[in-house]
Amino acid sequence: MRAAALLVTLCLAQVAMAQGVPVARQTELVRMVRQDCGSCHGMRLTGGLGPALTREALADKPPASMATTIFHGRPGTPMPGWRAMLSETEAQWIAEQLAAGFPEERRSAR
Amino acid sequence: MKRRDLLAALGAAPAAALLGACATAPMATPAAPVAPVAPVGTGDLGVVIERARGTLAIVNTSSRTLLGEIEGLGDLSHASVVFSRDGATAYVFGRDGALSKVNLPSRRIESRIQQAGNSIGGAISQDGTLVAAQNYTPGGIKVFDARSLALVADIPAVYDANGAPGQLSRVVGLADLPGQRFIFSLFDAGAIWIVDLSNRATPKLTKLDHIGKQPYDALVTPDGRHYIAGLFGEDGLALVDLWDDTPKALRILAGYGRGEQPLPVYKMPHLRGWAVAGRHAYLPAIGRHEVLVVDTATWQEVGRIAVAGQPVFVIARPDGRQVWVNFAVPDYDRVQVIDTVTRRVVHTLEPGKAVLHMEFTPRGEAVWISSRDANRVSVIDTQRFETLATLAIDSPSGVFFTSRAARMGF
Repeated sequence: MRAAALLVTLCLAQVAMAQGVPVARQTELVRMVRQDCGSCHGMRLTGGLGPALTREALADKPPASMATTIFHGRPGTPMPGWRAMLSETEAQWIAEQLAAGFPEERRSAR
Repeated sequence: MKRRDLLAALGAAPAAALLGACATAPMATPAAPVAPVAPVGTGDLGVVIERARGTLAIVNTSSRTLLGEIEGLGDLSHASVVFSRDGATAYVFGRDGALSKVNLPSRRIESRIQQAGNSIGGAISQDGTLVAAQNYTPGGIKVFDARSLALVADIPAVYDANGAPGQLSRVVGLADLPGQRFIFSLFDAGAIWIVDLSNRATPKLTKLDHIGKQPYDALVTPDGRHYIAGLFGEDGLALVDLWDDTPKALRILAGYGRGEQPLPVYKMPHLRGWAVAGRHAYLPAIGRHEVLVVDTATWQEVGRIAVAGQPVFVIARPDGRQVWVNFAVPDYDRVQVIDTVTRRVVHTLEPGKAVLHMEFTPRGEAVWISSRDANRVSVIDTQRFETLATLAIDSPSGVFFTSRAARMGF
């Protein structure tokens, strides 16, 4: 019985830590991508000075290389490295979400 | 005329005449005649972009109130606005390439066109008859009749990229010039183009090549004489003297980074004619936490001011005595005020999380500051730095007042 409860707790913790990023931090990252990355890539990630980051636009980009671009930037372009604000795990999480179609921000009513 | 007399007059009128009257003036029913609506001036109106909701908030800068909202304007991330000369019409350029013509007094969208796939802003001609949009996709500008929004000219920003001809460059830094002219920069091509539309049927293009790597935005000085493009790809800015018979691009402030490794640029700075205070221009340094001060008579650097982060907007109060600066993430909760006499930061404010934009009232007694994550626009007294009012506005970004209608380069 106790073992079962422990297992449930572990599973919940695992869900809350999807790919090593706590849920609360995931919410922050979604907002950051939509709003701050959105200055160049568009709030709807349809592109601007930076390229579109929709699932279709990224279809042939491996998430690992996208994570590297997010973390280290892309020399010769305006894309900065975000390592002062992100961990490598978080960059990888963002890359995977982009590849799968980036989540919408959950907005509270005014 | 008393109401009873009016009803009697209507009752006596022949039916045909009544029908005719109804066709031209279908507003008041005979039972409830209404007083004519008093005309409202537009000089103290403005708009605030609610970027997340695709909505335009209409504000009054004298009463410091929210007058109403206009919905249905599409993707307004990085939206910008220019005004007709009478201040009644706001032209809204959306990220999604839509151009909307909004009437402020009636708070209605008069017309709306899908002019491109991805747009970054626009400009209005000196005489107010032409509106131009600058586009990333397809790269180029499009010019429209300001009244009808009919297409007047489509100017693709075509260039050769290392032997690959026919590429389209993303366009930035579009501004109006005296005459039916617009000037703009080609981010990918490293060029500045001027288009003259005095003859609408045959636009005349002047192209300046090799102006520097990756111009990211530009400004026209308030007198319309100089165009300055900021360069992302190298240390320096490109300057064009438009009073020259054959304008050419010169480099100014070359090597302002002094060979040091630039800091990451989390958001591109914005340039406009507001950067000029007296004889000096105050410009954001790319990749440095500094504002550069340039003498507009000699175009030499005369100073630099350390600030709290990477500057995004560097805006002079209309009288030029102060310059206000906001910053890129993660330093965007602060705003700093530079005194232009001592060239020092004299005040730091924290008006709310994620400050995106600032706009001065026409004569500068107050500044409106949008704080995206605080869902708030703060009205700040520019003398005493007190908060005069706050307006609850959803994810506010750009703030635009109708006084822009009278300024070149806006």
